[in-house]
Amino acid sequence: MVDATLEALAIAGGSRRRSALRKAMQRKSTIAFLMTLPLILLVVLLVLYPAFYSIHLATLNKSMERFVGVGNFLFLFKRETFWMVVQQSCIFAITAVIFKALFGFIVAHFVHNIPSRGQRKWRGMLLVPWVIPPAMSCLAWLWLFDPSYSAFNWVLDKISIGPVAWTGDAYWARFSVILVNVWIGAPFFMIMYLAALKSVPEQLYEAAAIDGANWWQRMWYVTLPMMRNIMAITALFSLIVTFANFDIVRILTAGGPIDRTHVFATWSFWIGIQGNDIPLGASVSLFMVPILTVAAVFILRDIHRRASEMS
Amino acid sequence: MAQVSLRKLFKRFDDTEAVRGIDLDIADKEFVVLVGPSGCGKTTTLRMIAGLEEVSAGEIAVDGEVVNDVPPKDRDMAMVFQNYALYPHMTVYENMSFGLRLKRYPKEEIARRVQEAARILDITELLDRKPRQLSGGQRQRVAMGRAIVRNPKVFLFDEPLSNLDAKLRVQMRTEIKRVHQKVRTTTVYVTHDQVEAMTLADRVVVMNRGRIEQIGPPNELYHAPKTRFVAGFIGSPAMNFLPCRLEEDDGALRVHLSEELALPVPPARVARYRPYAGRPGLTFGLRPEHVTESKSNGGTPLSMIDALIEVAEPLGMETLVFFRINGLDVCGRVSPNAGAREGARMRLCASLDNMHLIDDATGTVI
Amino acid sequence: MTAAAITTQARPRRRYGSMSRDRRWALRWSYFFLTVFAIFFLMPPVYMLITSLKTSAEISAATNPWWVYHPTLGNYIELLSSSQYLTFFRNSALVSVIVVTITMLISVPAAFALARMRFWGSTALATGVFLTYLIPETLLFIPLFKMFALVNEYTGIELINRWWVLLLLYPTLTVPFCTWIMIGYFASIPKELDEAALMDGANYRQILTRVFIPVALPGLIAATIFAFTVSWAQFLYPLAFTTSADQLVLPVGIVTSLIKGDVFNWGQIMTGALLGAAPPLIIYAFLMDYYIAGLTAGATKG
Repeated sequence: MVDATLEALAIAGGSRRRSALRKAMQRKSTIAFLMTLPLILLVVLLVLYPAFYSIHLATLNKSMERFVGVGNFLFLFKRETFWMVVQQSCIFAITAVIFKALFGFIVAHFVHNIPSRGQRKWRGMLLVPWVIPPAMSCLAWLWLFDPSYSAFNWVLDKISIGPVAWTGDAYWARFSVILVNVWIGAPFFMIMYLAALKSVPEQLYEAAAIDGANWWQRMWYVTLPMMRNIMAITALFSLIVTFANFDIVRILTAGGPIDRTHVFATWSFWIGIQGNDIPLGASVSLFMVPILTVAAVFILRDIHRRASEMS
Repeated sequence: MAQVSLRKLFKRFDDTEAVRGIDLDIADKEFVVLVGPSGCGKTTTLRMIAGLEEVSAGEIAVDGEVVNDVPPKDRDMAMVFQNYALYPHMTVYENMSFGLRLKRYPKEEIARRVQEAARILDITELLDRKPRQLSGGQRQRVAMGRAIVRNPKVFLFDEPLSNLDAKLRVQMRTEIKRVHQKVRTTTVYVTHDQVEAMTLADRVVVMNRGRIEQIGPPNELYHAPKTRFVAGFIGSPAMNFLPCRLEEDDGALRVHLSEELALPVPPARVARYRPYAGRPGLTFGLRPEHVTESKSNGGTPLSMIDALIEVAEPLGMETLVFFRINGLDVCGRVSPNAGAREGARMRLCASLDNMHLIDDATGTVI
Repeated sequence: MTAAAITTQARPRRRYGSMSRDRRWALRWSYFFLTVFAIFFLMPPVYMLITSLKTSAEISAATNPWWVYHPTLGNYIELLSSSQYLTFFRNSALVSVIVVTITMLISVPAAFALARMRFWGSTALATGVFLTYLIPETLLFIPLFKMFALVNEYTGIELINRWWVLLLLYPTLTVPFCTWIMIGYFASIPKELDEAALMDGANYRQILTRVFIPVALPGLIAATIFAFTVSWAQFLYPLAFTTSADQLVLPVGIVTSLIKGDVFNWGQIMTGALLGAAPPLIIYAFLMDYYIAGLTAGATKG
C-alpha cells in the first residue's frame, strides 16, 4: 500500500541516511495527523471535555461554590417529578421507536412493491416530515392541537365525537408527543429499510417461492434475517436520538401538563437554564448516560459484525 | 539512460516473505518480463521498483543511484496498471496529460506529447471521451498513453492484459511490442502468461516463490531450461515429465520409461548423463512437439513409441494426442492428417536430441 | 407462473400489462396504503400552507379550518417586510452557510487522512468520531453553557447571546457524521487510482483535490446538504445560547417572538414556519437523490 512506502523506509535495511528517513516518516505521518487535527480538537474541546465537565458540575451546589458530591443526585431521587421524567423518557423513547420502525417497515414494503418509476415520486413525498425542521413542524402540530381551534377537534366534532385535549390532558399529551415524534421519524426508517430491502437478492425470494413459502413466511425467513443488521443499527440510533429529544416536547407541551410530558432533555433545560441551577440541570441530563452507553455498545457491536460480514 | 539493478531484494509482509533475494540487472532500453505463477513475488518486485512498496532489505538502483528512499513521484517511472486506473472524471486527454499538468509543463508541450502518444496508440479520436465510454482495449491504450506521455526512464507494466478477452489480448500484445519498438524505453513487464513473456521479452525472468529460477532470452529458456520448474512452466502444452531410470547395457546408455519402453540416449549426451546411471530420482522431460509421427526422413527406429491414443484434440494446424506411458499422461503433436483419433494405435517417434534429464532431488536439469 | 396465467386469457389488462391477479391486487392495496400514509405525512405542511393564507379574522371565525375561503397573502407580506423576521432569516442563513463551510473544511481532509493514510490510531479515531455523534446535544448544552460563561468571565470574549457562538457549536453536530459519510465514499475509490496519481507525480494534497474530491463529488454534495439541513433546523443550542431578538435564528425566533403572551397570531406563525421550512424543502426538492444518499450512506457503507 502507498502509505506503507514512506512509513517503513526506516526499516529498509542497508539505507544509510537515517536522519533523512526520519524526516520523511515524520512528514507523512504528520501530514495525516494535521489533517485530522481540527476534527480531534473539535471533538475533544466541544464534546468530550463538556461531557466530563458536566460530571464535575453535577457535584456542585446551586451557586457552584461548594462541592456537594452526590448531593444533587440524592436530591433528585427524592423528587417525584424525577421519577416521572425517567418513566416518561423511557416510555416515550421505546414506544416511539417501536412505532417508527413498524410504520417505516410497512411503508418501505409498499414503496418497494410498486414499479420503480413511481417509487421515486412516492419516496419523495413520504420523506417530507423528516426534511422539515422539527421546530417548524411542531408549530404546525401545536396549531393542530390547539385547545380552542384544533382542526382535528373540528373534524371530530363533525362526526359527533367530543373534543380531545391533545395537549391539555396528561395521557393525551403523552400520546400527542409520541405521535409527532413518530410522524417526524418514520420516514427516516422508511428510507433506511427501503435501502435494505433493495439489497436483498431477488433470487432468495424466488428460491423461497419455489420452496412453497407464502408472503408471511418469505418475510420471516428471508426478508427479516437479511435486514436484521440495518434494522438493529437504525433502531438503536433512533433510540438514542429519541431518548435525548428536546424540540418536540418543548414546543408542544413545554413539559406539561403538570410536568407529565417532561423528558430528560426538557426537564434539564427547565432546571438548568430557566431555573438557573446549572449543577442540578447537569445531574438530570447525566442520567441519560447509562442508557445511551448501553445502546452505543450494542451499536458498536453491530457495526463491527456488519463490517466483518461484509469483508 | 535507464539501467535498473536489483540487489538482494527482500520483501516481508508480516510473517511471509514474498520476495527472497532477487538479483537482476536490466540494461537500458531492454524489455524484461517477470513471469511466474500467482504468489511468486513478481508483482511485489515490480511495485518495489515503482516505489509503491517499501523494500525490506536490498537495493534498487537506477543508473547507479540507489532509489530505495526516493518516493514514486520522483523516480521518473510510469506504470500501467492491471485495472487501467484511469481517472473516471477526466477525459482521455486530461488523463494522459495529468502528470504533465502536475509538473506545470507548458500547454503546447503537453498538447504535442499527447497528440504524439495518441497517434502511436491510435486513440486520437478518443481524446474527448471519458473512460466509461471506452472499451477495455481502448482503456488499456489510454493507460499506456498516460505512461508514454511522461517520457519516463522506465515503463512498468503490471499484468496489463489480464482483464482482456483472449482475442483482444493477442492484439494488444502485438501493440505493446510495436510501441516498444517506436518508444525505446527500459521496460519491466509482469505477467503470469508465459506466452506473453515469450513473445514480448528481450529477456525473461522466471520467478517462483519469491526467487528467480532462471533469466535468459526466450529461446534459451525454451530450449535450455535450467530447472524443472522452468522446463514445465515455459511452453504450451507443457513438457512431458516421466520418472525414469538410466541404465547402461553393453556400453549403451538407455532411458527406461517403463518395463517395456527404453529409449537410447543420443551420443552427444552420453558423457553428461553417464554419472547418473543407476541412480534413483530421475525424471525424463520431452516437449510434445518432439513426440510426433515418424517422418519419411525420420527418427532412429530405436526411438519409436507404440501409443494407444486416448484423447485427440484437433487444433487445425496440428492435433494433440494424449496417451499413456507407464500409467502417466504423455502429450504429443502430430500433423492433422496423421489419422489420430481416440482408440487409434500410432507409432510415434521421440526426438531424443531434445530430451532433458532432471535430478529430482535438486530440481535442476542435468 | 404469471405468463401462463395470462396466455390463457383472451384480453390482457392494458393498465398493468401482463400481471397476475394477485399482483394487481397487491399493487392496488399498496397504492391505497401509500396514499393513506402520504395524507398522514403531508397533512401538517399542507395545513400550514392553508393557515398561512388566512387572515386572523378567518382563523378566529370557526369556519372549516381545512379550507381557505378568503385567501390572502397578507401574512407573507407582513413577515417578509418585518425586519425582525428578516433578521432571523439572515442569521439562520449566515450561520448555516458558514457552518457548512467549516464542516467541509474539517471533515474532508480528516476523512481523507482516515480513509487512506494508515497512521497510528487511525482506526480507533474513525470509530471514536462516529461514537461522538451519539453523545446528544441535550447532554452537552449545560456544561457548554457554563464553559462559555466562564470564558466570558475570564477573557471578556462574548460567547453568550451572540449568533456566532453557534458557529462553534453546530460543527459538533455536523462534522462527525459528515466525516463518516466522506470516509465511506473515499474508501470506495479504488486504491489503484491513488497509486496511478502517485506515479504521475502527485503529492497528497494534489491527490485529494484533483482526484478524490471530483470522484467523490456525490458524497460531498450529500454531506453538504446534510450539514446545511442540520444547521438550519437547530433549536436547542440557539435557544440556550441566544436570547436577544437580533441574535436569534429562525426556529427559535418564530417560536419565541411570534408568541407574545397569550396572543398567538397563528396566521403569521404558520407563515413564518412555512418560510422557515422552505430552504431545506427546496434543497430537498432539487437534490433529493443526494439527500437520500447522504442518509443511507451511514447505513449501507457500514
